[in-house]
Amino acid sequence: MNRAGRLSKRGVVVDRPYERLTREQVELIDQTSLSLLENPGILCYHEESVSLLEKAGASAKATREGEHDAWWVKIPEKVVKKALETVPSVVTLGARDPENKVILDAEGTRVYFGSGSETNYWLEVEPETYTSKKDGHERIFPVFKRNRGNVDYLCRSAHLAEQLDNLDFFIRNVNVQDADITSENKDVNIFFASLNNITKPVVGGVADFNQLEKVVGMAEIITGGREELIKNPVVSFITSVIKSPLQVVAETAEKLIAIARLGLPVVISTSPQGGSTAPIDEMGMVAQVNAEALTGIVINQLANPGAPVIYGAVPVRARMDDLHDMYGVPEFCHYTMACAQMARYYKVPCYSTAGVGDAKVPGIQSAVEKMYTYTAVPFSAPGLVHYAFGLLEKTMTFSPDQAVLDNHMIGMSKFLQRESGIKPEEKDRVEKMIREVMDSPYRMYARYARKMLRRGQIFAGFPFEGDAADQDQTLLVVNEKRKELEEIEPQYLSEDVCSHIFEKTPGLLSRLNPYTK
Amino acid sequence: MKEKLIENIVENVLQGRRNKDDEGIEEDYTGEPGVAELVQKALDEGIETNTILLEGLSRGMEMVGEKYETGEYFIPDMLTAAEAVEAGMKVMEPHLGDKGESEGKGKIVMATVEKDLHDIGKNLVCIMLKGAGFTIVDLGIDVTAARIVEVVQEENAQLVGLSALLNTTMNNMGDVVKELEQKGLRDKVKVIIGGAPTSEDFAREIGADGYGKDAFEAIRVAEKLLQAGGNN
Repeated sequence: MNRAGRLSKRGVVVDRPYERLTREQVELIDQTSLSLLENPGILCYHEESVSLLEKAGASAKATREGEHDAWWVKIPEKVVKKALETVPSVVTLGARDPENKVILDAEGTRVYFGSGSETNYWLEVEPETYTSKKDGHERIFPVFKRNRGNVDYLCRSAHLAEQLDNLDFFIRNVNVQDADITSENKDVNIFFASLNNITKPVVGGVADFNQLEKVVGMAEIITGGREELIKNPVVSFITSVIKSPLQVVAETAEKLIAIARLGLPVVISTSPQGGSTAPIDEMGMVAQVNAEALTGIVINQLANPGAPVIYGAVPVRARMDDLHDMYGVPEFCHYTMACAQMARYYKVPCYSTAGVGDAKVPGIQSAVEKMYTYTAVPFSAPGLVHYAFGLLEKTMTFSPDQAVLDNHMIGMSKFLQRESGIKPEEKDRVEKMIREVMDSPYRMYARYARKMLRRGQIFAGFPFEGDAADQDQTLLVVNEKRKELEEIEPQYLSEDVCSHIFEKTPGLLSRLNPYTK
Repeated sequence: MKEKLIENIVENVLQGRRNKDDEGIEEDYTGEPGVAELVQKALDEGIETNTILLEGLSRGMEMVGEKYETGEYFIPDMLTAAEAVEAGMKVMEPHLGDKGESEGKGKIVMATVEKDLHDIGKNLVCIMLKGAGFTIVDLGIDVTAARIVEVVQEENAQLVGLSALLNTTMNNMGDVVKELEQKGLRDKVKVIIGGAPTSEDFAREIGADGYGKDAFEAIRVAEKLLQAGGNN
């Protein structure tokens, strides 16, 4: 069996993926989604998408939605199935360091973890000494410093992401809100800040269509040309082409089509909220989000059959008191695991989510929420798991200290997914070991444990343990580790590549060039 | 040649290889001489037992201890190294001369106290103390104070090591101290205790001489106590 994902050195192979849905349930969702795409169909605001769909056999009826032209498009099953026939089941996300490539195989079970969102806030731990009013005893506590995101923080987070061994791909995770960032230069600066600080795959959205070409140009300089970029796509894209429920956004659809025609990988990301923009019940949610993901895939394949595309489903649940998103809840896991199965059914690589903390700061709540989804979601072998590092307050805040902690929790999750060691070829070894130990003076297995320990086959345990008996010092230890990681010398692009990029890319902030600082 | 052989003994202690049948950790060394074979070779070549003991076996264990202190080594590393040293000591035994030398650093009676069946911690300390060059008389688990003291007398031991894992059995350690007093042996024999519920304070409370929070500390405390005893 060709399992391209097994060729990758990163991520983890999930031994036996958990299938929440039976084959009949998967087919039921497929049939329900296809039925929804015919009736009511989708509400499409993008004329070219409508025309592509019509040519393929869909029917469209013009309408007006407020100030905008729109079309009700009914997509028959055969259009969807035909598009799915041309989708490649293997998609490679390239990287500056080819060793870091992510090879996604819809029929394999390798899972990769990455960052994500575009948080407005950067929150870091700062240890502070306090004196007890009661007994005068001094203690150090972690306090949290919260600042608005900027391009320096983005550089720092990309550099930190390079150091985190369980992070496989980077999605810009901090919104850049500097005074000199404008809508005309934002995308190029985000992509440059990312690419210059990390040698792993960079994945991201482009806010301004006009900057897509500049971002691609930058990537071509890094790889050495268009053909090389196609072979090693150091940048891949995310398009939120769907506005739930079931609407196609004009500007994003335009980007989706352009990226498809460039032949670069793109994630169709749809993120309905159960309880507001999608049904809250599992079947309703999964049927809708699946129909939405299929819509994006169909448009992508109609624009360029065979273009690399990824089924991105980020279904969340609404909080019942304020209708904000909720990630650390069982329904989120149900939705997400079902979507991973749907993507596998269609043989399309999947983009999924785990590790978002609803909590505002690192602590017990965030650990509970994160560990819960880190454990559940990867068992469905979804391919890409984004939003997995440092996210707090839903997706509003990024904490580098939390990201270091998350890296460890993901390590635990990866270890959990490992193949079982119970194998026929191990029988003789196990019997010999136990007999030997029973025949020894102290009947201890330490000698055998040592071997596994030294081969990295034993999980290392929690590395951020404090030594105080009356205080949780985890965040203080994490903070020290984070500072240590941030001290590591960045692996910038070469001086030649940087100067070429700066020459060809108007709008880049000169302070981002490490050679002219 | 001599230096190379001693160095090889040290390396094999670090690898935890008792003999040629052991693999070692980093690579598969099966078939190559382990500590037992190397010690035999050193003896055959006329290297003094003291040199083999101090520069080979003990030096190897010291390095293991240093690596443990820095976090590079863990308990299984210490135990396998100690087992390798023990294998070397067995080969050395017939060649050790006077009584003092054959007992190495001293004789210790070890036991888990009465009504306590736990022996992992006690065994670990036994292995480590042996690795550090002590002679160990291990009485096992659930041993009465009377029996412990009886053996101390028979064996003429300089130190007693007591272990307990339960809150309910730790008090039986105090009985051993009392029994030693009653038999008039207390000033000749030092008592060291250890085990999860015990502490420095508890050791003081029951009149023990020392407390080891882990196996390495047990070695340090034992060495210190016997040295102090020897000086008196």
